[in-house]
Amino acid sequence: MPLRHSVVALTAALGLAACATAPGESDSAANTTAFASTYAPQASVPTLIRGATVFDGAGVEFANADVLMRDGRIVAVGPNLTAPDGANIIDGSGKFVTPGIIDAHSHLGVYPSPGIDATSDGNELTQPNTAEVWAEHSVWPMDPGFGRAVAGGITTLHVLPGSGNLFGGRGTTLRPVLGARTVQEMKFPGAPQSLKMACGENPSRVYGERDSSPATGMGNVAGYRQAFAEAQEYNRRVREHRESGEGDPPDRNLELETLAGVLNGEILLQWHCYRADEMANAIEIAHEFDFEIAAFHHAVEAYKIPDLLARENICAAMWADWWGFKIEAYDGIRENIPFVHAGGACAIVHSDSEVGIQRLNQEAAKALADGRRAGLAITRAQAWTWLSRNPARALGIEQETGTLAVGRRADVVMWSADPLSSYAVAERVFMDGALIYERGRAGEPASDFELGQTYREGAQ
Amino acid sequence: MRLLLALLLSVAPAAPAAADALLIRDGRIVTNGSAGIVANGDVLIVDGRVAAVGADIAAPPGARVVEAGGRYVTPGAFAAMSEIGLSEISGSGAPNDANVAGELVAAAADAGRAFNPNVTAVAVTRMEGVTRAAIAPAQTAGMFGGRGALVSLGGTPDSVFGPSAFMVVELGETGATRTGGSRAALWPVFEAALRDAREYPARYRSGQGGAVLNELDAAALQPFARGQGLFLVHVESAADIRRVISFKRDNPSLRIAIHGGAEAWQVAEELARADVPVILDPLSNLPDRFERLSARLDNAALLNRAGVRIAMAPAPGTVDAHQARLALQLAGNAVANGLPWDAAFAGVTRGPAEIFGVGGQLGRLERGYLADVVIWDGDPLEVMSAPAAVFIEGREQTLVSRQTRLRDRYNPRR
Repeated sequence: MPLRHSVVALTAALGLAACATAPGESDSAANTTAFASTYAPQASVPTLIRGATVFDGAGVEFANADVLMRDGRIVAVGPNLTAPDGANIIDGSGKFVTPGIIDAHSHLGVYPSPGIDATSDGNELTQPNTAEVWAEHSVWPMDPGFGRAVAGGITTLHVLPGSGNLFGGRGTTLRPVLGARTVQEMKFPGAPQSLKMACGENPSRVYGERDSSPATGMGNVAGYRQAFAEAQEYNRRVREHRESGEGDPPDRNLELETLAGVLNGEILLQWHCYRADEMANAIEIAHEFDFEIAAFHHAVEAYKIPDLLARENICAAMWADWWGFKIEAYDGIRENIPFVHAGGACAIVHSDSEVGIQRLNQEAAKALADGRRAGLAITRAQAWTWLSRNPARALGIEQETGTLAVGRRADVVMWSADPLSSYAVAERVFMDGALIYERGRAGEPASDFELGQTYREGAQ
Repeated sequence: MRLLLALLLSVAPAAPAAADALLIRDGRIVTNGSAGIVANGDVLIVDGRVAAVGADIAAPPGARVVEAGGRYVTPGAFAAMSEIGLSEISGSGAPNDANVAGELVAAAADAGRAFNPNVTAVAVTRMEGVTRAAIAPAQTAGMFGGRGALVSLGGTPDSVFGPSAFMVVELGETGATRTGGSRAALWPVFEAALRDAREYPARYRSGQGGAVLNELDAAALQPFARGQGLFLVHVESAADIRRVISFKRDNPSLRIAIHGGAEAWQVAEELARADVPVILDPLSNLPDRFERLSARLDNAALLNRAGVRIAMAPAPGTVDAHQARLALQLAGNAVANGLPWDAAFAGVTRGPAEIFGVGGQLGRLERGYLADVVIWDGDPLEVMSAPAAVFIEGREQTLVSRQTRLRDRYNPRR
């Protein structure tokens, strides 16, 4: 059993550039510091992978290169590195090394396995604005899906509420810590929370069927705008009280605290939005209330507006080829991701699936191949930016992970072959420099749920 | 690649199939038959059927010649379970013929009568190398999921070539939910339904009626209950699979295949002995249902090693109308988890054809077989590969779809 709770290499785990406020010192209305992370990297030894093909996550491929990790961080990438004393040296010849994959859109833990009524915890479908709920309070750390995700090369994932509401609640960035007992042990230290919003037919269907608002696309937009108008007012009252020190502070309002966090830039907005015209409307709302959108999720029609996305500095998190399952996904094309990339916008491959999260590398591969067939010149190392650097950017953790730049967290996957192949598998996965997964290594299941299940032991 | 495309473009597409000869030259021919893979082989197609496979076949006078340039040449893929052609949009309240509501019919529901060869998904799927599909309703109100059909994805009016080819039966968690809320109710109802069907029409004409089936459902179920069609049984757990094997032992004249089978690896040898084939999902590895607690990625490899006949398709509950094209990716992942390449490729071509009883016509490149042929730009089980040309019964298919039209409209290189 790995030393999963030991605190050994807690070097620079504090002080994320992306997070403006230190723990406990929030001066905004958003109250983002409760339920603080207790994540601690596992014990690690200096590790040198020698002679591999390396995609650095920033778009560069190195042939026959070494990767050195120490104290949980990337120390160097390049030829003929010297191993420190006591280093674990791994022969990487014929292997490929990449940053760990970051899934910007997951419901692991909130829709865990097994999926039954009692575990269906991701959609608070009781009113269209549930900005007050936090996905992390529904996360079941024993979801066996976390372990499957790690075997697919995942080292970070963003868990969101569902999309049935205009405002679904706060999302959280997690480490897939196998055997974690609490969600706090999984929370990525310092990573900003997000707000999940949803465009389109989901909220208008859910509430329209109840003869309540929103029942239409225009009802959706009215709902967003009214809520942000109230949040502006709440923000103003909080700020006034802080500045004057007079009278009682405004009553706490958990819903408005979240929206205020978006207005203040403390909470990153992740907006489920399929259609190009609805994304354009969302951008108008962001201008009206002066906030930023980190990413549009699903973004099936992002290929129609790469210019808008690039201008507004908004990422698009996409599937490679999902389409047709509803009318707002009807215009899905296989070139969505490469077209967004070619348009100069930030393209992300996401899963939204406990199955898809296990092989996002294959989704990137499909998108790359289709982009090339459409005449685009995209390298395989550039395609890897869709899996690590770009999602790190959208989640506000780009200074911590997502590339193999010196000083970044050593979140590293060694693949058996070119990870853009159907046949490649993750052989070793490192998180903060610690080996957290090794293919074929026998051991007990990480999830308590799977322990002692008849026939379960020994299965992958 | 460029050379191949140029050659393909230089000839007239979609020439009439009748009295037509086509020679595909110098391919890596995956025959799926006793000849295995023929490197640098040729395939001669005459009148929509394979006339010869081998090295250095002479082109008949007037034959069209396509140079494969050493690329993979394979049988078309066969989606072993799909809802393709049953809806244009599956959700959003759009019309969806995969959903059969109410108590009026269950076993009598007939996917072949609902299939529309003109839905956009047919062209989208075909251009990815999938030329045939088994389709069935997604759900009914009862334990019988209705009559499934075998369809060509050629987009022609006569696409349904296997009407009423199989009967879907839910004998696992889903079936229990629909039938009394429990497996304890499920099996007695199933056996009573078979009796109703066998005794149709007598007990209905006599006024006695069925014990559990209405007359329509009894009539539809009758041929299957008499061994004249395939029961495609949805089960996942080892315990449920054992019940199916036991049922098959007691009813040897019935034809039975399993769809799902996430825990089939536990009972692989029993399945092989009973000759019950399994259509499985090679990506199913989560205990997402209590009937799949021991799902694992090497299920396909373990079953194949034990001699179980397999095919691959999405698991029950995840079958859809738009992504049948991912069959090849499923097979590639089975290879990544230990299944030999030949067995994996067969699992999305020959395997489904044999399970659905058309293995003498489809799924191989051998003399006399229908000429569903795909020329690929790489290994067909690699996610980065795609067809360079698709033929159905010798007729070249367009590689244009609504999706490629949108692609071309928005291509930044345009």
